[in-house]
Amino acid sequence: MKHTIKELEDIASQVRRDIVRMVHGCQSGHPGGSLGCADFFTALYFEVMNHSTDFTMDGKGEDLFFLSNGHISPVFYSVLARSGYFDVSELATFRKLNSRLQGHPTTHEGLPGIRIASGSLGQGMSVAIGAALAKKLNKDHSVVYSLHGDGELQEGQNWEAIMYAPFNKVDNLISSVDYNGQQIDGPTEKVLSLENLQAKFEAFGWHVINSDGNDMDSIVKALHYAKSLLGKGKPILNLMSTQMGAGVDFMMGSHKWHGVAPNDEQLALALAQLPSTLKDY
Amino acid sequence: MKKYTYTEKKDTRSGFGAGLLEAGKKNPEVVALCADLVGSLKMDAFIKEFPERFFQIGIAEANMIGIAAGLTIGGKIPFTGTFANFSTGRVYDQIRQSVAYSDKNVKICASHAGLTLGEDGATHQILEDIGLMKMLPGMTVINPCDYNQTKAATIAIAEHHGPVYLRFGRPVIPVFTDPDQKFEIGKAWMVNEGTDVTIIATGHMVWKAIEAGEKLAEMGIDAEIINIHTIKPLDEAAVLKSVKKTGCVVTCEEHNKFGGLGESIARLLSTELPSPQEFVAVNDSFGESGTPDQLMTKYGLDSINIIEAAQKVIKRAKK
Repeated sequence: MKHTIKELEDIASQVRRDIVRMVHGCQSGHPGGSLGCADFFTALYFEVMNHSTDFTMDGKGEDLFFLSNGHISPVFYSVLARSGYFDVSELATFRKLNSRLQGHPTTHEGLPGIRIASGSLGQGMSVAIGAALAKKLNKDHSVVYSLHGDGELQEGQNWEAIMYAPFNKVDNLISSVDYNGQQIDGPTEKVLSLENLQAKFEAFGWHVINSDGNDMDSIVKALHYAKSLLGKGKPILNLMSTQMGAGVDFMMGSHKWHGVAPNDEQLALALAQLPSTLKDY
Repeated sequence: MKKYTYTEKKDTRSGFGAGLLEAGKKNPEVVALCADLVGSLKMDAFIKEFPERFFQIGIAEANMIGIAAGLTIGGKIPFTGTFANFSTGRVYDQIRQSVAYSDKNVKICASHAGLTLGEDGATHQILEDIGLMKMLPGMTVINPCDYNQTKAATIAIAEHHGPVYLRFGRPVIPVFTDPDQKFEIGKAWMVNEGTDVTIIATGHMVWKAIEAGEKLAEMGIDAEIINIHTIKPLDEAAVLKSVKKTGCVVTCEEHNKFGGLGESIARLLSTELPSPQEFVAVNDSFGESGTPDQLMTKYGLDSINIIEAAQKVIKRAKK
């Protein structure tokens, strides 16, 4: 391990501070899903992935990550900055005019660490598959990771990709689903139920593993285990249970904080629950 | 009128197939994807030569565009192939976000564009694709006019970095351009120099413009004919130079008159050189089943329509 679980948890705490401060700073954005995925992103970028902050678009010889549910950009930006892709002070520009930190991630402004625009949902798995196929052609044995919202799986393009990957033995791909059961209009089971996601992915030919996305030990172990399953003819799906808003008690357990910014008082309440472990930006 | 002849008729999609094979031989990074229309897109030769560089996606065009975008990350130059309708309208948002906005080096290659797809009818005959694609920032839009030009364009776009929409068709039409031509993206081709009217044509309409030019010459009208194969970026200098000389213009395209080449020319002229213009294009309509020739006649895309438009626009210019 590059870091202990405690060290990773400390980083995730700072990432959560960044998220609520960024969203508060521009009074817009999506704190709920970002907080829920802070542990996953921290595990991926600080422990699991072999990646270089000396950014190249092609990323030859390094692991790649694609965020499909682009609205959780705050967590992505925070982890990229905290990993060293760009200075943490730039987090203060999130969603503001002339910023590289657009509301949803984009390559358009040249922000290091971003390889595809996302925001319009359902497109990221196809892109991740393409990048994985390019790695195979290049005889590059590194890994492609992707993250998808659970509600996002209501978009049909996902199922085209979910069908394609196992049939074509895209076995250098680890996709994770942020399984928080919430979407803008309410619980997924009321909006459009996903039913048995594990059985669905397995029926399409994926190797499915389960993890607790808000337990650092569980998520690190799951991602390492997922890596051990690569190269065996199947793509890997990490079905990762999370809580929207995880780490901030009043944001948890509801879809209400999907896309709402905290006011000054709420920000103070949230920060009081999240120890500053690295310096605030 | 410069004399153009042809010894054979071929489909532009076969020009694409030949060009793809050539591009594949020239550059090992060229890869191809298809959504269950390999035969229609004439991709067989490429697949035979480079089986490991071909991806059969199945009937899943959105996934095809996304996979193509991903393949560019790692240095590949993906050429996607399906009908024009499924290459554009069906996947507009995928192209917009994953390709154009993300500045991915994807070549969207679209066969069976326009009415000349024929008997399958309006569900498959897209007449809005040029408009959809040219509105995307950074997208290059090319509609070549015969087999040789399509082959040359296919080779040229592999060497150009950036997203491209390459539009071609199903029917066999005269092969009249140079087989060894060097295709220059964004550079108009002067088909015939003239003084009385500028006829600007793209795709299948270029041969019809030549036929019209010959008839106009017999009537004493000296038409300048320009082939705009690259609708975006538009060769503005060539258009302005010609219309400055002739004072009027006819635009010809197998596309809706809304959003096509004609509107690009009108936008340019309205700001730089306001001039009378007539549109030979589909009049805001869907197509229908029929043979390609029947459809081109019914929807006003024959050489006679170009002749009438030229006569009309010359009269307007003289007022």
